[in-house]
Amino acid sequence: MSLDAETVRRIAALARIRVKEEEVARLQGELNHILAWIEQLAEVDTDGVEPLPGAMRMKLKMREDVVTEGDLHEAILANAPDRADNALGSFFAVPKVVE
Amino acid sequence: MTAPTDLTIAEARAALAAKRISARELAEAHLAAIERLKDLNAYITVTAERALADAAAADARIARGEARPLEGIPLAIKDLFCTEGIRTTAASRILGTFVPPYESTVSARLWAAGAVCLGKTNLDEFAMGSSNTTSAFGNVVNPWRRRGENRDLVPGGSSGGSAAAVAARLCLGATATDTGGSIRQPAAFTGTVGIKPTYGRCSRWGIVAFASSLDQAGPIARTVRDAAILLREMSGHDPKDSTSADVPVPDFEAAVGLGVKGLRIGVPKEYRLDGMAPEIEALWRQGIAWLKDAGATIHDISLPHTRYALPTYYIVAPAEASSNLARYDGVRYGLRVDEGGDLDDLYEATRGAGFGAEVRRRILIGTYVLSAGYYDAYYLKAQRVRALIQRDFDEAFRSVDAILTPATPSSAFAIGEKQDDPVTMYLNDVFTVPANLAGLPGISVPAGLDAAGLPLGLQVLGRAFDEETVFRVAAAIEAAAAFDALPQVRAA
Repeated sequence: MSLDAETVRRIAALARIRVKEEEVARLQGELNHILAWIEQLAEVDTDGVEPLPGAMRMKLKMREDVVTEGDLHEAILANAPDRADNALGSFFAVPKVVE
Repeated sequence: MTAPTDLTIAEARAALAAKRISARELAEAHLAAIERLKDLNAYITVTAERALADAAAADARIARGEARPLEGIPLAIKDLFCTEGIRTTAASRILGTFVPPYESTVSARLWAAGAVCLGKTNLDEFAMGSSNTTSAFGNVVNPWRRRGENRDLVPGGSSGGSAAAVAARLCLGATATDTGGSIRQPAAFTGTVGIKPTYGRCSRWGIVAFASSLDQAGPIARTVRDAAILLREMSGHDPKDSTSADVPVPDFEAAVGLGVKGLRIGVPKEYRLDGMAPEIEALWRQGIAWLKDAGATIHDISLPHTRYALPTYYIVAPAEASSNLARYDGVRYGLRVDEGGDLDDLYEATRGAGFGAEVRRRILIGTYVLSAGYYDAYYLKAQRVRALIQRDFDEAFRSVDAILTPATPSSAFAIGEKQDDPVTMYLNDVFTVPANLAGLPGISVPAGLDAAGLPLGLQVLGRAFDEETVFRVAAAIEAAAAFDALPQVRAA
């Protein structure tokens, strides 16, 4: 499978990464080179093999379903690039989403 | 007397207990060395005031007879561990000004054990790289030089700053992380000891996530014993990381020096690569001979899917990274680039400007292999091959107690070398990646020098949660190798 320029643009859009038009050709070459190398997995016979999502060798523990922390508004907002403080409270500020 | 910066952790611990040195003297000697060798660029942030305050507190504790296991030991923290109130960058522009309001579990454990914080070490951006040349804060320089040459070499990556700092004596030990070899490869390149423990041994909470099913923290130090001392304090169950294992933490230090008599050591034929440097091959054979001399038995084993480990990794790791790094959106923390337009424009501009070339490549690969229509062919296929790789190890560990391999296919290379295409760089991790996919512990221990005078490492792999055997074998190699070469650039 080989990526065309349009697919590179589409992946970049899915990943929300702006890619300049003059970078598309180089990225296309790099990504295709990596994917061609990855293709060799196709030759491995994996019929009947269950996918292994992680290396964890024990069951995940469940914890009590209780509140463990809270009231951390200032700590959470401490690194905000932009914030809005008004009568309703303190918020992360972003460009207008809904007209 | 040995210079304070030349002490091992075990020696410093004894010297502090005997009051032959103070924590303050240790901290000051290291801070002076860091300042003098700042051209190595091993640290992104030096926390001098914090170090002196920690040292004063440690001296007070020692005076009261209340010393904890790492009381007064000056350590460096890879800048991937969140440190409360201390900038944590992951070596990325996108986190360049981030100051965490919380502390990672691993670093918190070290401070609770009395360690002194010297600062935060450089790394490949988001721990993605094998050369420490993808950092937004500049390359780290390996303190080693080729004989008769003055070219700057890479320290390996991604924990290149931690490895360089330990090798150049800019700390007594450092934390690091290993997703595909990021502890063991830089350790091999700098003549230091680095262990990636079993997946689940150290909590991942508060470590900037790269590939969550592979990421694992571990120490880099100058001796096997020091690595064992640090790992014990870094390990342990943490309810805040659901993949953290609730198993007892053994006294790893006690395993060092138990010897290898009667241990069965496996030598996997698939690790003998075509065109492998003869020096690497010779070192491996030497390692086998050392262990045999020390009383271990040697067994040929087969790990048939070894050659598929790297391509598997380069599906699994980018897939997880593309998901983990979705959080850097310019809204809640980190860089924001707002060039007008709507929220999607803000995301795209921020991420386009904030991520470096390698991180961007991996996010795009990850996005592609997870996208509709390709998920089965790439991601699920890789997870099935991952199962086969783990099965290979399970099979092998029925007949052996540990596995011996080279740590890296070469010694340190020059900055700029091997950078023509990404796949060449990825091959650095050919011997280290399988342990991450299978979740097994692996250590790199310096075992010799190549013809140019650069360090080479051997790798020991063990069963899940059997770091003790890994330490035993590594200590036997360390004792036999009597590796005492020093990097050209170092403190004292």
